[in-house]
Amino acid sequence: MSAPIDPPSAAPVRRAGRGRAREVVGELLRRPRALFGLAVIVLLVLAAILAPWIMPHDPFEQSFDGLDLMGAPLPPGGEHPLGTDLLGRDLASRLILGTRTSLIIGVVANGIAVILGAGVGITAGYAGGWTAAILMRFTDLMMAFPALLLAIVLAAIFQPSLMIVALVIAMVNWVQMSRVIYTETRSLAEREFIQVQRAIGSGPLRILGRHLLPHLLSSIIVFGTLGISTTVLLEATLSYLGVGVQPPVPSWGNIIFENQTYFSTAPWLVFFPGLLIVLLALAFNLVGDALRDILDPTLKGRH
Amino acid sequence: MSGTGDTGRGGARPALEVRDLTVQVATEAGAKTVLDGLSFDLSPGETLALAGESGSGKSMTALAIMGLLPKPMARIANGSIRLGGTELSGLGERGYRGIRSARIAMIFQEPMTSLNPLMTVERQLCEVLLEHGACRRAEAPGRALRLLRDVRLTEPERRLKQYPHELSGGMRQRVMIAIALACEPEILIADEPTTALDVTVQAEILDLIRALQRDHGTAVLMITHDMGVVAEMADRVIVLRAGRQEEAAPVETLFAAPRTEYARSLLDAVPRLGTAPPRPTTPDAPDAPDARNVVEVEDLSVRFDIAGGLLNRTVARVHAVEGVSFHIRAGETLALVGESGCGKSTIGKALLGLVPWQGSIRIDGVETQGRSRAAMRPVLRDVQMVFQDPGASLDSRMTVGEQVAEPMKVHGIARGAELTDRCEWLFRRVGLSPDMLSRYPHEFSGGQRQRVCIARALGLSPKVIVADESVSALDVSVQARVLDLLAELQEQDGLSYLFISHDMAVIEQVADRVTVMRLGQVMEEGPRDAVLRDPRHPYTKRLLAAVPVPDPTLRRGPMPDTAGIEEASPIFPVGRAPERVTLHDLARGHRVARQAATAP
Repeated sequence: MSAPIDPPSAAPVRRAGRGRAREVVGELLRRPRALFGLAVIVLLVLAAILAPWIMPHDPFEQSFDGLDLMGAPLPPGGEHPLGTDLLGRDLASRLILGTRTSLIIGVVANGIAVILGAGVGITAGYAGGWTAAILMRFTDLMMAFPALLLAIVLAAIFQPSLMIVALVIAMVNWVQMSRVIYTETRSLAEREFIQVQRAIGSGPLRILGRHLLPHLLSSIIVFGTLGISTTVLLEATLSYLGVGVQPPVPSWGNIIFENQTYFSTAPWLVFFPGLLIVLLALAFNLVGDALRDILDPTLKGRH
Repeated sequence: MSGTGDTGRGGARPALEVRDLTVQVATEAGAKTVLDGLSFDLSPGETLALAGESGSGKSMTALAIMGLLPKPMARIANGSIRLGGTELSGLGERGYRGIRSARIAMIFQEPMTSLNPLMTVERQLCEVLLEHGACRRAEAPGRALRLLRDVRLTEPERRLKQYPHELSGGMRQRVMIAIALACEPEILIADEPTTALDVTVQAEILDLIRALQRDHGTAVLMITHDMGVVAEMADRVIVLRAGRQEEAAPVETLFAAPRTEYARSLLDAVPRLGTAPPRPTTPDAPDAPDARNVVEVEDLSVRFDIAGGLLNRTVARVHAVEGVSFHIRAGETLALVGESGCGKSTIGKALLGLVPWQGSIRIDGVETQGRSRAAMRPVLRDVQMVFQDPGASLDSRMTVGEQVAEPMKVHGIARGAELTDRCEWLFRRVGLSPDMLSRYPHEFSGGQRQRVCIARALGLSPKVIVADESVSALDVSVQARVLDLLAELQEQDGLSYLFISHDMAVIEQVADRVTVMRLGQVMEEGPRDAVLRDPRHPYTKRLLAAVPVPDPTLRRGPMPDTAGIEEASPIFPVGRAPERVTLHDLARGHRVARQAATAP
């Protein structure tokens, strides 16, 4: 790739922030896979917001009609499009309401974990020396501590609520991210273009934000999107242990956990929430992948 | 594998016949031909050089012959490669296993990355021998030892048990050659075998290849961009350009009378030691009118601690720079020359405060000792640096315009429209079109990227630029143009350069004064003509003698054996320091280390 290929364009020394953002969104919409991901995310967000109006039934109502004569849950079809659960509640309605919980957990908890993990990793990786030693030993400590136990302890100390659960999950999940980012930052910091920044006299904030972060973005995106499904499931585990979202409030995770023992007789109870978790993770993953490619100028023009 | 009987010198049948070789690489825009209809013969005992600049397809040729073209992107689209009676194009991976190493061996540019770091030298040698059934298991260690003797490695018994990281670059390349020759191949392909090595080591390795070729009658295909190496080694030369054969000729004919325009321009661009016009020596009198010192360095030392042991205490120190003093006057170019590890780059970094150092550095009269990074900032307006690898020193995620603007933003010199104007102006100064400001680094060629780096350094209007091997990574023709640019800027702005390089021929072109360094200390310094034309220190003489001369009629004899010197290292245990050399004056600022009398 030596010869210049693009036709000469106007020469903006810096791209205006808003123009660049619009450009990125435009690129995203042009890629079919990213578009699909975005559509799924938008749908899920809409479902979460509009839940009270679009739920076909009351998600908490243990309807008598929701069970068959033997007391078993109803399979999908008819009155209940996705079937009913063990207590005769409408699965579709519970999933729609559960979108709220799961989105908040997946996005907020995971978001906090990403920001915390990346922040700690970059700081330690760039600063080195004592700062790195202290931060990374703390990370190791967190890693060695059984995640579930920590989550239970934290959840027991604070009153269980959605936000607390999200925070607890973030506390558990930031560790891996910080490890990965730390290692990568260290090798990046040795690279010549970072040396150049020191030679120019750039301050640490400029080096971290303008030069290191863009190069770390692909790892952050990959780990961040992978984290979504694990956080949603971790929430389910916590709910199962009674320290997560309190029943009867539904979340995708706790719907799976409540019903997993009936997998052979009522597979839809596990299948549909599982499908939603996969869709959520996939959607973020597709958008993340596309973002990574768009933000890397060396990959321009390749899909 | 049985060897072939036919290794008779000058035999009628060539060892390798390449006919109409065409290699294509798949790109987004369809198949791109990177090698177009190349044909040549290689006779036993002959050395054929494939010369050309980057992207000329010379390495592709080697990979095609070795069956190592990166799959599935690259493929042989047409033509034939015949080794003795065997057709190689279209031969599968299985078929090639009996060819590689056994009949065609290859040595690569970077010996560190081509050796397995987790295996001892002995195991790597034995592996090759056993893989091709060259000997029985019990004999292998003995054969390995003999091979190391053949490549004239010092203390071969000890080397066998060592790992690659314990060897110097030159030793590693010798081991690579031993591995390549283990099965007595008919053909040795050497892909830039000495590019990563110091000149003195390069000379030794070239000697070795020549001697081995004489003894074994191996045909050598030498791939290089360095016309000096071509002149030194080749019998015949093929000049490649963009995948096509530009000219093929015996080496004497090519150098004496190149037929094509391109070959001539390539030869003209080669810096030749001893051809630069003599320069009026800058008087070393401190009271000369414009003799203001822009840089004054006194007793500079840089040491790096090596931590180890149970408690991570300092167990040894690298004395990278030890008591070095020099000055650079306004508008002057001081060249720092020496082999890798001599501390020349460290000095450049110390000037910008990028490494911790002791002593005294004054930039334009301002002492920078003990300054924090924030306090260094104003000093950095006066001293800037251009690094070796322009690809690595630009941020691939930012447009070059942003990067050129960055120093001016950091130092608050310009903003908004004024900043854009300045960037455009800088781009024009370094010979780039301002249209290119919004492009990303990967859209530029190597030479253009280095121009961008120079533009970035100029943004702060520095008084000194540290050019750390700034042209070493560039093709000769590009190198010449970048050197011209640097000279032009010096003339216009009265810039001073600290020009750090290992390349004597380049230094001769640019330097006013030369400082020769070895193991962190100055061996010899003085006006360019004094040091390069009348070297006094044996080390300087050795460096100069090792430079390959781009003239096949002036081939040097074998280098004096210097295996012992390679061993010296700047690492000392805590509490010990290297013996300081003292410089004594010869004449007009020409100073030589006193140790000279006793040094080998």
